[in-house]
Amino acid sequence: MADLTSSFCGIKSPNPFWLASAPPTDKEYNVRRAFEAGWGGVVWKTLGVEGPPIVNVNGPRYGAIWGADRRLLGLNNIELITDRPLEINLKEMRQIKKDFPDRALVASVMVPCEEMYWKDIIPQIAETGVDGFELNFGCPHGMSERGMGSAVGQVPEYIEMVTRWCKESTDLPVIVKLTPNITNIIYPATAAKNGGADAVSLINTISSIVSVDLENMAPNPTIDGKGTAGGYCGPAVKPIALNMVAQIARTDVTAGLPISGIGGITTWRDAAEFMALGAGNVQVCTAAMTYGFNIINEMTSGLSSWMDENGYTSVDQLVGKAVPNVTDWQYLNLNYITKARIDQEKCIGCGRCYAACEDTSHQAITMSEDRVFDVKDDECVACNLCVNTCPVDDCITMVQLLPGQIDERTGQVVAEEYGNWTEHPNNPSKVAAE
Amino acid sequence: MSNNSEVGGPLAGRLDQISLKKNFSDLHPPLDSHEAAVAADRCYFCYDAPCVTACPTDIDIPLFIRQISTGMPVASAKTILDQNILGGMCARVCPTETLCEEACVREKAEGKPVQIGLLQRYATDVLMNVDDHPFERAPSTNKKIAVVGAGPAGLAAAHRLALLGNNVVILDAKEKPGGLNEFGIAAYKSTNDFAQKEVEWLLKIGGIKINYGKLLGRDFSLSGLTDEYDAVFIGAGLGNVRSLDIDGESLGNVQDAVEFISSLRQAKDLAELEVGSNVVVIGGGMTAIDAAVQSKLLGADDVTVVYRRSMEEMPASLYEQELAKSKGVKFIYNSRPVQIVGTEGISSIKFQNTQNDTEFSLPADHLLKAIGQIMDELPLELSRENNKIKVDENFKTDVANVWAGGDCTSIGEDLTVTAVAQGRDAAINIHASLSGEI
Repeated sequence: MADLTSSFCGIKSPNPFWLASAPPTDKEYNVRRAFEAGWGGVVWKTLGVEGPPIVNVNGPRYGAIWGADRRLLGLNNIELITDRPLEINLKEMRQIKKDFPDRALVASVMVPCEEMYWKDIIPQIAETGVDGFELNFGCPHGMSERGMGSAVGQVPEYIEMVTRWCKESTDLPVIVKLTPNITNIIYPATAAKNGGADAVSLINTISSIVSVDLENMAPNPTIDGKGTAGGYCGPAVKPIALNMVAQIARTDVTAGLPISGIGGITTWRDAAEFMALGAGNVQVCTAAMTYGFNIINEMTSGLSSWMDENGYTSVDQLVGKAVPNVTDWQYLNLNYITKARIDQEKCIGCGRCYAACEDTSHQAITMSEDRVFDVKDDECVACNLCVNTCPVDDCITMVQLLPGQIDERTGQVVAEEYGNWTEHPNNPSKVAAE
Repeated sequence: MSNNSEVGGPLAGRLDQISLKKNFSDLHPPLDSHEAAVAADRCYFCYDAPCVTACPTDIDIPLFIRQISTGMPVASAKTILDQNILGGMCARVCPTETLCEEACVREKAEGKPVQIGLLQRYATDVLMNVDDHPFERAPSTNKKIAVVGAGPAGLAAAHRLALLGNNVVILDAKEKPGGLNEFGIAAYKSTNDFAQKEVEWLLKIGGIKINYGKLLGRDFSLSGLTDEYDAVFIGAGLGNVRSLDIDGESLGNVQDAVEFISSLRQAKDLAELEVGSNVVVIGGGMTAIDAAVQSKLLGADDVTVVYRRSMEEMPASLYEQELAKSKGVKFIYNSRPVQIVGTEGISSIKFQNTQNDTEFSLPADHLLKAIGQIMDELPLELSRENNKIKVDENFKTDVANVWAGGDCTSIGEDLTVTAVAQGRDAAINIHASLSGEI
């Protein structure tokens, strides 16, 4: 059995699966159930300043988009940070840490952007015995209107400043949670690093309107006829999160900064993908909100089995394994040529590849009277759309033309050597080959 | 299924009302909206979809299924009814397993086709329930067309002719409309008087009048119609049945399966219907299957279908045969009857194996004959082909201004859906012909 124990910026947990700061981690009752189910760690629902508790809307706070059979693909929320008094949260956190000493317990924090607030609350929370902090610079709704959450996360100078205040207030690890509602993730990540952050976590939710109620002509979720932008999460945001994680992992200024990967992680495979792109551990929310805490058993057993089958003995060996293979478009090998191949045994004759290619691509698939579909190598640009639209696994695959073979589309012999855009004759700013 | 009787001979009330109600409820219960959404999602929206090619009425199946999945069942029903105005009945009675669903690529992929028939039923049921008739007649052509027969072919022709602006008079021999939809379909395939509701709905197009109790050759003549109307469409169906022509056929309790099914459909109380203890059905088409299954559902102890050829050659699909077997019906293949034995009523039937000529006997107190329907006497001026009315590819007969469609013609399978397609296409040709377009 592969070893799933994880040490993320010094915080230990029996597995790399944490629950993200969100409704599932709002109170002792839920967190206890989560730990009993087997979750490795929890980032407690974001704590705010002491005083009158936060007020949430009393109408619906979630909206969703669905795939087939109402499978939830994306969730959007307008819930604020914890609406329970600080002292109750702290008391419960202390109890949880006492009862589950081997699990990671991280406190998410969001207070106004003034030094005294941060320097006041961080030591108070530290007394509970938490393993570290996560600074919520991410929520794009509600709190951001009050100058917190993503309002901070969108200004790198603020990130750096607040991170520094926190680092000055505690010896515990400080994780900075980043918002994806920016143009380039490297700037906020660099700011966190410069402020002394021990790690970053991303992504927080994406600012979104999930759908429109066409009867009431208002965004969903609708509160008394009005709606507002919320934070989007769930399986649909995973590709955006993967890209941002990879950016941080492969950019010189941020490379090496520990990353807690968040964004639509639903299965062990999603987690493995985040880790391969550089995430030291992962945080899950929507999947738990959709299916309950027991999904952790699929995640741990799946990751463990896959690691066993592929010779990984610890999660650290997996982290960042795919990062060297993430590159810029300009460095992709233009001499790598593939053609679509249709397995006639597997083909069920639906013709989706034909429709996709004929209507929207390169007219490179033929259709016979008796519904046999074939690829025209002289037209196929290997775009992969047929593979993506085919409903049958492995029915259409991309097969590489080997060096020396002729690409019928261009009439050229496939070159053996690597050749990219930077050296291509059509590139007006090509660099001379060395 | 419980059985209270050990008495031989056809008997009413073999089952209690609760069992009867259960046995004659919907064969395939309709999908609810969630089930429909899940089923619709399985459609791949194939290019030049094989299911459409397989549908005699060319319904744009991927489109109507996509309309269901986007929450527009009424628009979906319109897509269906554009091509097949009896889409509601066809959703219930079509042998989809040999038509659209056999062609479905998911049948090839997984052996489980998209449930096209049930989805069609879902969409058309929604539309029928909101009582919308989403068709509007074209401006009047001032043409009058007579339609003989208010069955699937006649109704489809009448609706299309009315839609195109013509006035239609339907003449039907029975006391109510529907033809085989009303009199010839197994009860559990068309529950809640659906055939009548569908006709009422269809007539909302306007411009169609039905005269009942009018039989061609008895109450009116073809030449009379051609004199009075601009065109005539004959969708008379097959009004007669074949006989076995063997000894003992006139014994008591020997019945035409068509008549048995019809009386079952028209019965107000199923418990009043008589069915034997040992029922033998001779034949191999849908009528044989429907008669056999319904005999079993009425409480017969033993029901056997005897067919002269092999299982594979049986006109009723393997799926229908399986369904019948699941209800307890037995099948004997490659056997033909040689003698019906009995004194007043029948007691047994002698058969001969068609492959090795050996003879065997089956005890029977109720024989249902289902060896095929044939035409009533028709006007002599109509040319025949295979004992049916000869028509060209536009469903025109040899008589000027007379078209024909459905089971009474020599082309196409004898299916509701084929009759609808022929009625529709004949109507289009009639209209084009009368308006000088062709």
